[in-house]
Amino acid sequence: MNIEARNLSVDYTLRLTNEPLAALKSVSFSVESGKFVCLIGASGCGKTTLLNVAAGLVAPSAGELLLDGVPVYGPGRDRAMVFQSAALLPWRTVFKNAMYGLEIQGYPFREAKRIVSELIDLVGLTGFEKSFPRELSGGMQQRVNLARALATQPKLLLMDEPFASLDAQMREYMQGEIERIWQQTRQTTLFVTHSIDEAVFLADEIIVMTSRPGRIKTTVQVDLPRPRALEMKKDPRFHAIADSLRDQLDREFREMMGQGIFQGD
Amino acid sequence: MNSINSSVRDKLLAILTGVTFVGLWEILPASGLINPFFTSSPSRIYVAAKWLFANGFWNDIYVSLTQFTLGMLLAMVVGIVLGLLLGWYKTLNAMFEPFVTMLNAMPRVALLPIIILWLGIGMESKIAAVFLGAFLPIIITVMKGVRTVDENLIKCARSFGANDAQMFLTLAVPSSLPFIVAGLHIAVGRGLVGVVIGELLASQAGVGHMMAKASATFQIDKVFVGVLFLAVFGYLLTELLKLIEKQFEKWRPQ
Ligand SMILES: Nc1ncnc2c1ncn2[C@@H]1O[C@H](COP(=O)(O)OP(=O)(O)O)[C@@H](O)[C@H]1O
Ligand SMILES: [Mg+2]
Repeated sequence: MNIEARNLSVDYTLRLTNEPLAALKSVSFSVESGKFVCLIGASGCGKTTLLNVAAGLVAPSAGELLLDGVPVYGPGRDRAMVFQSAALLPWRTVFKNAMYGLEIQGYPFREAKRIVSELIDLVGLTGFEKSFPRELSGGMQQRVNLARALATQPKLLLMDEPFASLDAQMREYMQGEIERIWQQTRQTTLFVTHSIDEAVFLADEIIVMTSRPGRIKTTVQVDLPRPRALEMKKDPRFHAIADSLRDQLDREFREMMGQGIFQGD
Repeated sequence: MNSINSSVRDKLLAILTGVTFVGLWEILPASGLINPFFTSSPSRIYVAAKWLFANGFWNDIYVSLTQFTLGMLLAMVVGIVLGLLLGWYKTLNAMFEPFVTMLNAMPRVALLPIIILWLGIGMESKIAAVFLGAFLPIIITVMKGVRTVDENLIKCARSFGANDAQMFLTLAVPSSLPFIVAGLHIAVGRGLVGVVIGELLASQAGVGHMMAKASATFQIDKVFVGVLFLAVFGYLLTELLKLIEKQFEKWRPQ
C-alpha cells in the first residue's frame, strides 16, 4: 500500500486550558508499497499521532494522508495496528485474542480459526493457545498483539514501539522475529521506535522526525541486504548508517535544547 | 506444606470459637446465671426447630425463598441490564445517574409502607421489597465495571473498525462480569433484609412472619430458629458466590 502524507498537521486541544497543541506540523513524505519504514524521533514528537492518523483513529487538522491515493477516513480493514501496550483482552485466551480482529470484521468462525492457527505458529506461540495474557511474559504478549494484527491480513501494518517495554535481550530477539515474519508477509509497514539500532536493523527506509511540533527532518535509506540476521548489527555498513543517524538525532536534540532551557549555553 | 497446615489450623480455630460460644450459650442459662427466657439456648432452639419443621415451617421457608428468588432474579435482570446501559451510554447516564444515586442514598425501607399499600400483604409486596434492596447495589457496581474498561482496549477495537454495539458486547460486558458478582455479594444481603422486613411488617406466611408471630407471644426459641435459618442461608449463598468469583481468577490481571 502506497502512503503519501501531504502537509499533514494535527492539533490537539489541551483539556485543562483549552489551548491548542501542535503535535504534527506540515508533514510530507511518501512510502512505496511493500517497504518497511521506521519512524524515529524524540518522545512527544508526534510518532504515535502519525500512526493514529494512518489507522484512522485521529483526524488530521490540515493536509491529508493518502493510502493508495485515497484520503484516510476512519479505521479500515486494510490496516491493522500493533499497540505499544499489548492491549490484550485479559479474559480471552491467546487464541481468542488473536482472533479478535477477525471477529470484529465478521469473518466466518472456521476461516478465522484456520488463519489464526497458522499465525500462532508463525509468531511462535504454539502450545500457548489456551493461556491467558496474565500468564505470558511481555515478549509473548507482544507476539499475540502482532498475531492479532497480522490475522486481518492488512495491506498496511502499523507498529507503535511494540518492544519498548521489553528487556534488551528479548527486544533483540523480537527484532529478529519481526524480520523473519516480514520476510513471509512483506506487508507495507510503518514501525515507530526511538532505538537507532532497531530502526537500522529493521528498515528499508528511516524517517527522522524533529521534536515537537513534529516535522520530517530527513529520510535515510538503509540498503543492507535482506534477509537480515542479528549478526548484521556487527557489520561495518550497519555501523556507518547507525552513526550518521545518531549524528542527525544529536544535532536535532541540541537544536531543541538550544531553543529551550539551555539557551546561552 | 506450611500453608496447608496453617489453613487447617485456621479452620480448627474457627470451629473452636464456634463450639465454645455454643457451649457457653448452653451452660450459662442452664446454670441460672442468665435468664433463658430472653437468651434461649441451643438445646431449646433445637426442640423449637423440631416442632416448627413438623408444624408448617417448610411452608414458611418455601414462601420466603420464593419471594427472595423472584425478587433477586428481577433485581439481577434489571440491575445488570440498566447498569450496563447506564455505564456505557453517556446520554442514558446523564438522564438517570442522579436518580440512581439518590435512590441508593435513601433508606429504602421507608418505601415499604407505600409498597404494602400498593401491592398488599401477599408475596408481591415482599418480591418488591427484595427487588428494592438488591437492584441498586447491582446497578451501581455494574456501572462502575463498565467504566473500568481499559482505554487501550477501546482503541484497539476501534482500530479494527468495531462499532459501538461490538465494543459494548466484546469489551464492556466481559470486563464488568467480576463487578456483577461483586454487586451480587452486596445484593444478597440487602435482598434478605428486604424479605424479612417485608414479612415482619405485614404478611401471611414466611420465615419473617413466623418470627414476628413468635416474638409477639414471647417464644424466643422460635425467633432464634428463624434467625439461624437466615444466617445459614445467607452464608451458603455467599460461599456460592465466592466459588463463582474463583472463575475470574484465571484471567484477572495482577
Ligand atoms: N489526546 C491527546 N490530547 C492532547 N495532547 C496529546 C494527545 N495525544 C498526544 N498529545 C500530545 O501530542 C504530542 C505528541 O504525542 P505523541 O504522538 O504521542 O508522541 P510520540 O508518540 O512521538 O511520543 C505530545 O506532546 C503529547 O503530549
Ligand atoms: Mg508514542
